[in-house]
Amino acid sequence: MSNAALVLRQFRFTNKAFWRNPAAAFFTFAFPLLFLVIFTTLFGAADITINGNDISVATFYIAGIAAFSVITACYTNIAMSLVFARDLGVLKRVKGTPLPGWAYLAARMLHAVAVALLLVVICLVFGMLLYDAELPLSSIPAFVVTLVVGAACFSALGMAVTTIVPNADAAPAIVNATILPLLFVSDVFIPLQDPPAWLDTLGKIFPVRRFSEAMQQVFFPGAGSSGFAFADLGVLLIWGAIGLGVAVRRFSWEPRR
Amino acid sequence: MEEGEVFALLGPNGAGKTTTVEILEGYRTRDAGEVRVLGRDPKDADPAFKSRIGVVLQSTGVDPYLTVAETLELFGGYYPNPRSPEELMALVGLTDKADVRVTKLSGGQQRRLDVGVGLAGDPDLLFLDEPTTGFDPGARRSAWEMIKGLAGMGKTIFLTTHFMDEAQYLADRVAIISAGRIIAQGPPETLAGRDTGDTVIRFRLAGAEMLPGPVRDAAREDGDFLEFSTANPVHFLNELTTWALAHEVALDGLEVVKPSLEDVYLELTGGGEGP
Repeated sequence: MSNAALVLRQFRFTNKAFWRNPAAAFFTFAFPLLFLVIFTTLFGAADITINGNDISVATFYIAGIAAFSVITACYTNIAMSLVFARDLGVLKRVKGTPLPGWAYLAARMLHAVAVALLLVVICLVFGMLLYDAELPLSSIPAFVVTLVVGAACFSALGMAVTTIVPNADAAPAIVNATILPLLFVSDVFIPLQDPPAWLDTLGKIFPVRRFSEAMQQVFFPGAGSSGFAFADLGVLLIWGAIGLGVAVRRFSWEPRR
Repeated sequence: MEEGEVFALLGPNGAGKTTTVEILEGYRTRDAGEVRVLGRDPKDADPAFKSRIGVVLQSTGVDPYLTVAETLELFGGYYPNPRSPEELMALVGLTDKADVRVTKLSGGQQRRLDVGVGLAGDPDLLFLDEPTTGFDPGARRSAWEMIKGLAGMGKTIFLTTHFMDEAQYLADRVAIISAGRIIAQGPPETLAGRDTGDTVIRFRLAGAEMLPGPVRDAAREDGDFLEFSTANPVHFLNELTTWALAHEVALDGLEVVKPSLEDVYLELTGGGEGP
């Protein structure tokens, strides 16, 4: 079998198991959509200004929850499912077969990206139907690139974080502790209006705000912009490379307890 | 090990069984020495090597949300010459569980699925790490029959166990490991001189004084019993029973025993306690 066929085949089984796992399906898929409905309903009526565009907070959330979807599907989902599979001995078992380890991980990543993409499309359609949100046609190339860069970055970080998680019991705590605080201060759940300087700096260092603002750039590009937030995408790529480096060096196929 | 042989590595918990088998499987690297599996050093295991071995680890390692048939199909696809899921399910007795998810299987059924997964690539060499630990007697017996069947198909099987009867029943050759060292090996019938060692004869009798001379001199008292070790049981029993008939002595609880594999094992491993 060719490498691509190997990965696609593994993807098929990963996908099957994903939708049958209630925890995975709920937290990865239903959660972002729940947030989308709650946030747009509660806070959607106000107006804010992004890149010189006056928009409703509801449309802000289309971009914000799209970013959140990618982060959940890639970072949280990959980290959790890999740690659980590691604890169950699934990773060790797979490692004993001729399937190359990278093909297994690539299939997981591909699956995460597919789930993320599905969620982003749902956010978009939801926004278009209920809140007259729109994705500018000129932004479509930037939309695709931003999604790919963000998904790759957060997938790599998801694999990297498994190296500091000792076992499945600790996984939810460590994974959420590393991502939830950032989600609150990174223009995802709450529009960031004149943050204190230290919070501003913090946001610029970590990848979450970089990604949410790159997503805003796609949806609300401002005059003359093609929707590419080059600086933000650059920072995301650096984080992705760091994550990949850590994962390649320290990833464990065997239970760690 | 020979091709087509069932080899059992027997030892108490913590003796190094799993470490040994994981070195052979390519999961761990050895500290020293030389290792050859299928003519290769397993630390350089590549897909070609892995496609010739089947591995059943101590714990289950399959996705809990796939069904039995899906699991076997998934693993079969990793190998160049897989067995079909139907064939594998028949082999491990899970045909009626084809569409049941792994989470819904009993412990014994999961273990059987594990073995099925180990066989998915139709391996030449199968590693079974404590295949029946935690089984009830019925499940153990049917697992044994399954392993016997695999051996009958010409598979080479490397098995670890801490059950004496399992090694005795399944293995062509047994090695006993303790504290990381092999302290005896051979066919289970002749291991550590079982076949040539002394026979033990016991019966209940109050005092050895009345026994005939040659018999009396060899007696050891063990509670109500007298015990004798002899290299020549036929001769000894002839003397004993001739005397007993002549004197109308019943020889209550008369036993004639060879050292069991368990006796050999307990003696060699110092009472069966791990280091």
